[in-house]
Formats: sequence, C-alpha cells, structure tokens
Amino acid sequence: MRRAPWIPICLISIMVCMALFAPLLAPYSPIDQALREKLIPPFWMEGGGMSHILGTDAFGRDVLSRLIYGARVSLLVALLALIAGGGVGLVIGIVAGYIGGALDNLLMRLVDAAFTFPAILFALLLAVTMGQGIGTLVIAISLLLWASFARVIRGEVLTLRQRDFVALAKVRGCSSLRIMLTHILPNVLNTFLVLVTLNIGVVIIAEASLSFLGAGIPPPTPTWGLMISEGRGRIADAWWVALIPGIAITLLVLSVNLFGDWLRDRLDPQLRQL
Amino acid sequence: MKRYIVHRLLQGVVLLFLVAAIVFFLGRLTGNPVDLMLPEGSPPEDRVAMTQALGLDGSLLHQFLIFIGNALHGDLGMSIRMREPTVDVFFSRLPNTLAIIPWAILFAVAVGIPLGVVAALNRGNIVDRAAGAVAVLGIATPSFWLGVVLIFVFSVQLGWLPSGRMGGPDHYVLPVITLGSFLIAGFMRLVRSSMLDVMGGEFVKLARIKGLSEAAVVWKHCLRNALIPVLTLWGVFVGNLITGAIVTETVFAWPGIGRLTYEAVIYRDFPLLQAIIILKAMLILSINLAVDILYAYVDPRIRLA
Repeated sequence: MRRAPWIPICLISIMVCMALFAPLLAPYSPIDQALREKLIPPFWMEGGGMSHILGTDAFGRDVLSRLIYGARVSLLVALLALIAGGGVGLVIGIVAGYIGGALDNLLMRLVDAAFTFPAILFALLLAVTMGQGIGTLVIAISLLLWASFARVIRGEVLTLRQRDFVALAKVRGCSSLRIMLTHILPNVLNTFLVLVTLNIGVVIIAEASLSFLGAGIPPPTPTWGLMISEGRGRIADAWWVALIPGIAITLLVLSVNLFGDWLRDRLDPQLRQL
Repeated sequence: MKRYIVHRLLQGVVLLFLVAAIVFFLGRLTGNPVDLMLPEGSPPEDRVAMTQALGLDGSLLHQFLIFIGNALHGDLGMSIRMREPTVDVFFSRLPNTLAIIPWAILFAVAVGIPLGVVAALNRGNIVDRAAGAVAVLGIATPSFWLGVVLIFVFSVQLGWLPSGRMGGPDHYVLPVITLGSFLIAGFMRLVRSSMLDVMGGEFVKLARIKGLSEAAVVWKHCLRNALIPVLTLWGVFVGNLITGAIVTETVFAWPGIGRLTYEAVIYRDFPLLQAIIILKAMLILSINLAVDILYAYVDPRIRLA
C-alpha cells in the first residue's frame, strides 16, 4: 500500500481554507482599485514590501487577496460542475448499462460524439448566448464531464448486471428502477468517487481556460484564469501578476491529481488504466 | 468496405445535423436572435429586414429549415464585426492554423513517444518515475499559462524569440511548443501502457529468440504494435488540437481559426461563433472519417466488425 500523499493533502486543505475563509484571510479587498499603488512587486524584489506580499496588479489591487478570493470561484465551480456533470454521467451510465439494447446504443453513440467534439466550443457558445456567470460556467463545464463518467460507469454496470444478487433481485420481482437504485448504484459509488477526484483537476483547468478566454465569470470578480489574462499584457514589466496565479493552479491541480491517483489505488485498483 | 464508408458517412451527417441544431436552438433560446446578430444601435429597418430574411415571423421549425437551407448553400451568415460572410472569414484564417498544427504534432510525437518507450523499458525505476513526473506536471499546468511563461522566459528575459504574431521560422517555435504540449502527456502515458502490454507478447519473445538486437526488438517490433492504440484515439487528439489552437493562438496573437474563435467570443460576434462551430465540426468529422477509412483499409478486422 502506498503511503497517503500528505503534501498534496496539506496543499488541498490550505486552498480549501483559503476559499472558505477568504474574507478573514485576505488583507485587502480583491476588487477595490488603488491606482497610486499599482504594479508594486512582491516583497523579495526591489521596491516591494511587506504591505503587499505578492505585489499589486495594474489597478493597484493586492495579488494575494485576489488569489485568495480566486480560490473560492475555482473550488465552487469545480464542486457544482462535478455534481451536475458527474451526476448526469452517473445516471446515463447506469441506465445505459442496465437497460441495454437500443437505448444503450443511442446513448453510447452520443458519448462517442461528445468525445470527438470539443466541449469548449459549446461552452464558449453558451457564454455568448446566455451571458457570463456562474450558472453558464457550471453547465458549460458539465458538458465536458458527463461523457467520460457515463462511459466508465456503464462499463462497470455491464459486469455488475451479470452478478447473482441482481438475478436474485429480479426473481424476487424488483422493478428495474429499484434494482438500479438499491443494487447497482451503491456498487458503483466507489468508482464514481474516484472519477470525481480524478476530474477535479480537469474542471479547474477548464474553468481557468474559459475565464482566460473571456467566457468565465465576468470581471471584476477575481478568478485565477482572469488574473492570468489581465496580467499577460504586462508580462514585460510586472510578471508576478500573470505568473503567480498559474503557479497556484498548477499546485492545486497537481495535488488533487496525486490525491486522486492514491484514492483510485485504494478504492478501485481496476481503474488503473484511466 | 463500401458499406462501411457509407455507414460512417451517414453517421457524420447525422452528427453534423445535431451540432447545427444545438447551435441554432441555443441562439434562439435567449429571446430575439436579431439582437445577437445585429450590431448595437442598428436602424429599425435593418431589424425588420433581418427578421424577414431569417423567417423570424414564421415558426421555429420554419426558421430552422431556412437556416439549414442557407447552410447547404454555404451561407452561414455575416460576421457582425467584420461585415463579411463568416464562411469567407473562416477559410481565410484556416491556413494560418494549418501552418502550425503539423509542427505541433511532430513535436509531440518526437517528445511524447520516446518518453513513453523509455518509461516502459525502465518500469518502476527512477527513469520511469521522472518521465511520469513530467507527464503529471504537464497535465497539471494550464497550457495558456505555459504559453505566458514561455513568452516571459524566451522573449522578455532572454530575448531569443518573438512573443507573438506570424512571421519567420522563429515565430513558430513558442506556439508550436505550447500547442504540442496539449498532446505530449497523453502520448506518453498511452505509449507507456501499451508498450507494457505488448512487451509480454509471444512475438516479442520470438524476436528475441531469433537473436535480434534489443534495439530492433524494442523500436521495431514492440513500438509498431504499441502505436495502434495511439492511432485509434486519433479523434480525441484532433479535438485536443482544436481546443489547443484556441488557447495557443490567443496567447501568441496568431491569426488562425483559434484566435478567430476567441475574437468572436470577446466581441460577442454570435453569427461568426455559430459558423465557426459548425465549420470546425465539419473539419473534425471529415478528418476522423478520412482516418477511419484509411485505418479500415490497413486493418481488415475493423471493416469486418
């Protein structure tokens, strides 16, 4: 048994605390502009100081405060999108796998189509037609997730369905719905949990990419993707504005992925191929 | 074989129709599409003219039929911002994207595949771990940020390479690396796991017994068979490249279809975005169809299945 990945777990906990207690932790408002204090470098550079540890951006906003509030958006969107997209995938996977036949065929065709067609295009379209916001963003990212959930869960259900306890339930006269809910669902929850953890990173990067492309949560709400997007124009004279949020994203995604790998090995070693 | 091609072609047409329907109904979902299609502050006559041209006084189905009819004639509407037919805009930008894609694939193949092979050969030891770490880090790094970092290091700090726009060969280096990075980690992981599957095979033992050199066994016999799963996932990689092109071209101000997509989003140019999505879907479907047919020719197991 591999040891629990303590460093990633610590990092994830720190980020979750940042998101939960942002108003208590952030030294400044993430939105208020202070043009007299713009583009102050981080404390270790010349001209920087302890008043703005990670410096300020082009509008004089404190980078650390925006980073802390940005964790909120990233984690909230990740949570909602995983519930929505993962949930839809779970239902489709169970129904397709258990009912089978023409329905299964149709649903799996849709899954194949979703894999070949980049979901980001629909996400961008949603942002333009429905307007930017957290709802749009969650729907858009769910589109990215459901297919991979559906495919894996269906595979699992196909083998479960052959098992004796399902046959027994059928003999006892349970309805299909009841079998799916009480016999199949509890047996795929481990897999579902592993899929959720393995996909947190995917969602966070998707959220950041959409914010970067101007299709995320509208400014001035701080998000990590938006911070990179705003900072990249000043990369020559103020690199910290764009580079620091990227480091935060990479660390968080790296941590959840390592944690997910560990959880997978513990709960569901058969998923190794994923 | 003919039946297979016809079947796949029909599938492609159905999918394309589905994409067009989704795009169309999403545009109608939010109220009057004329608001999405005309620039702000257009005169009322324009609104009336467009309402009639799109059949907006008719039923939704009627409007959809007009939309499909126009699309079949190669008319996907006018871009709001550029005041040009969207199809023309798309095809004038497409060559610029096609100019970097082959290099990005080449870069990803040149880095990802050897890395995967080396990792598989050194299974479990430090080399494998190092290659694994590269893949894990590659997946965790957002590519648009990687692009910004590359600009910071190679353009701003070192001054070796230009930070964007099209130009001589030096303009290609950073965009190609960024776009290629969308594929490297995937290639590496896939090659590693399928190499591990293949290396236990009987034909590999036979090749060794025949006294072939280890290099010939690994790079010729194993790798060729290990590449099959990489090829079957071709469709996913094409999708990755299309997504990657949007981000890469945005970071490097590269005037291709990816940058065009970004511009359509930030300028709220709905007709252009609608056309881009349908045309990209066509592009993806035709590439996949071509690869599948080619593949069926090479491997009879597929066309008979």
